[in-house]
Amino acid sequence: MSKAGDGAAAGQPLLRIEDLQKKFGDLEVLCGVSLNVARGEKVSIIGPSGSGKTTLLRCINYLEKPSAGHIYIDGTLIGEKKSGDRFIHLTDRELARERQEIGFVFQRFNLFPHLTALGNVTVAPMRVLNLSREAAEARGRDMLQKVGLSHKADEYPERLSGGQQQRVAIARVLAMQPKLMLFDEATSALDPELIGEVLRVMRQLAEEGATMVIVTHEIQFASEVSDRVIFMDQGRIVEQGLSREVLFKPKEARTREFLKHIQDR
Amino acid sequence: MTFFQILEKNGWYFFTTLLSGWPATLTVASGALVFALIFGLVIALMRISTWRLLRWPATAYLEFFRGTPALVQLFVIYFGFPDWGFQPSPLQAAIIGLGMNGAAYISEIYRAGIESIHRGQMEAALSLGMTPIKAMQHIILPQAIRTMLPPMTNFSIVLLKDTAIVFSIGVLEVMALARQLVTETLTSAPIYLMAGAMYLCVTIPMARLAARLERQRQAWQ
Ligand SMILES: Nc1ncnc2c1ncn2[C@@H]1O[C@H](COP(=O)(O)OP(=O)(O)OP(=O)(O)O)[C@@H](O)[C@H]1O
Ligand SMILES: [Mg+2]
Repeated sequence: MSKAGDGAAAGQPLLRIEDLQKKFGDLEVLCGVSLNVARGEKVSIIGPSGSGKTTLLRCINYLEKPSAGHIYIDGTLIGEKKSGDRFIHLTDRELARERQEIGFVFQRFNLFPHLTALGNVTVAPMRVLNLSREAAEARGRDMLQKVGLSHKADEYPERLSGGQQQRVAIARVLAMQPKLMLFDEATSALDPELIGEVLRVMRQLAEEGATMVIVTHEIQFASEVSDRVIFMDQGRIVEQGLSREVLFKPKEARTREFLKHIQDR
Repeated sequence: MTFFQILEKNGWYFFTTLLSGWPATLTVASGALVFALIFGLVIALMRISTWRLLRWPATAYLEFFRGTPALVQLFVIYFGFPDWGFQPSPLQAAIIGLGMNGAAYISEIYRAGIESIHRGQMEAALSLGMTPIKAMQHIILPQAIRTMLPPMTNFSIVLLKDTAIVFSIGVLEVMALARQLVTETLTSAPIYLMAGAMYLCVTIPMARLAARLERQRQAWQ
């Protein structure tokens, strides 16, 4: 696995985003976002609908190609490489290798419906990391246990509740042992009574030292788990700081307005 | 002689003669199907590629093979290829011709199947570090196959019937033998009807299979 940059990694952030811009046609969705995330840090991103939170996460693992700006993980450029002083796009194979290190948890789970829970968790270790079936299943069962779903290993996704599906999706990401995990509103497609079980798993990962970027509307959860909170609006970071301060003593009027709006719901 | 008298007198002869054309018919049909399944997937993947240099030739291919008669394509391959230094046997030309033609149709079945799978599936596969090819292989195609199976079966029926045109380049399949019998015995209706009945014996079960696959697919969803 590519660990380029590890040597120099001690002092530098795990994730570095430099002046990221993204346009869809004429629509400017990200207008210059810069952000550093340290190893082991938990950063929550909040903001109104359409502010570009999902787009930011999708750019980080290059599901969306940025219009400008650069992303580094452990000092390695994501999605592109430098040739002289020009940036050129990576090949599919090179990009795939970089994505192994970035886990993405989707709002709508995106489990593979033709595979069992265990199949979902083992397919990437087998097909990407080339682990043997035995090794992949041993790892997969560990991960399912971690999310409390050992007993559902042989169930197909359609027979699982939303909360269980999302926990399988988290196990699927964990089985790749990523350096960085991205959560895009992991609980907002869930019925209220199922949110707790997913947040519990995320909290546990946080306590184990994972590096996490979490887009969420769960203010309480964000305040407890994250070291830092970022408020985004209209494609910009409007305010960021320690979670207590941004969430409970926001400086910007727009942040206050948004938090009030969310609490009224 | 009446229709039935002819059948009584020559029916068995007709039947065994026509039957001897089935190995060729089935060879052409299955050979062309395998060709079309493989080549059609390549065309489909080129068509959905984000790379214009792949998309464009695939679209041109599709337009050409869907927009011109299969008979013309067959003649180009059988009579035209020798001019470029390759002389296919009638059987080879038939398999290549119907295969290339079939690939155009089958590529659209693949494409519809692939596009019926939610975008999130490909994204999840990519985010786990799969290349687009691996994601197709392990995530998208295994799911798309459910959608594709009924139209693929229907297409196989069409292909089997279309093999009847390859008599024109000298493949001794069912239709070619039927024509020989007609010239030989100067009767036509009983022979052609018998040939038609033989095709039905194969296509009706296939059509029922397609219908069953279709019902199952709906039940799963
Ligand atoms: N593929 C796309 N094509 C065109 N516009 C897009 C695309 N994806 C997102 N957008 C637009 O970009 C803007 C930001 O979308 P994004 O999904 O990043 O917002 P968000 O902050 O995640 O919102 P939400 O809280 O509703 O999830 C929206 O106006 C959206 O319509
Ligand atoms: Mg979003």
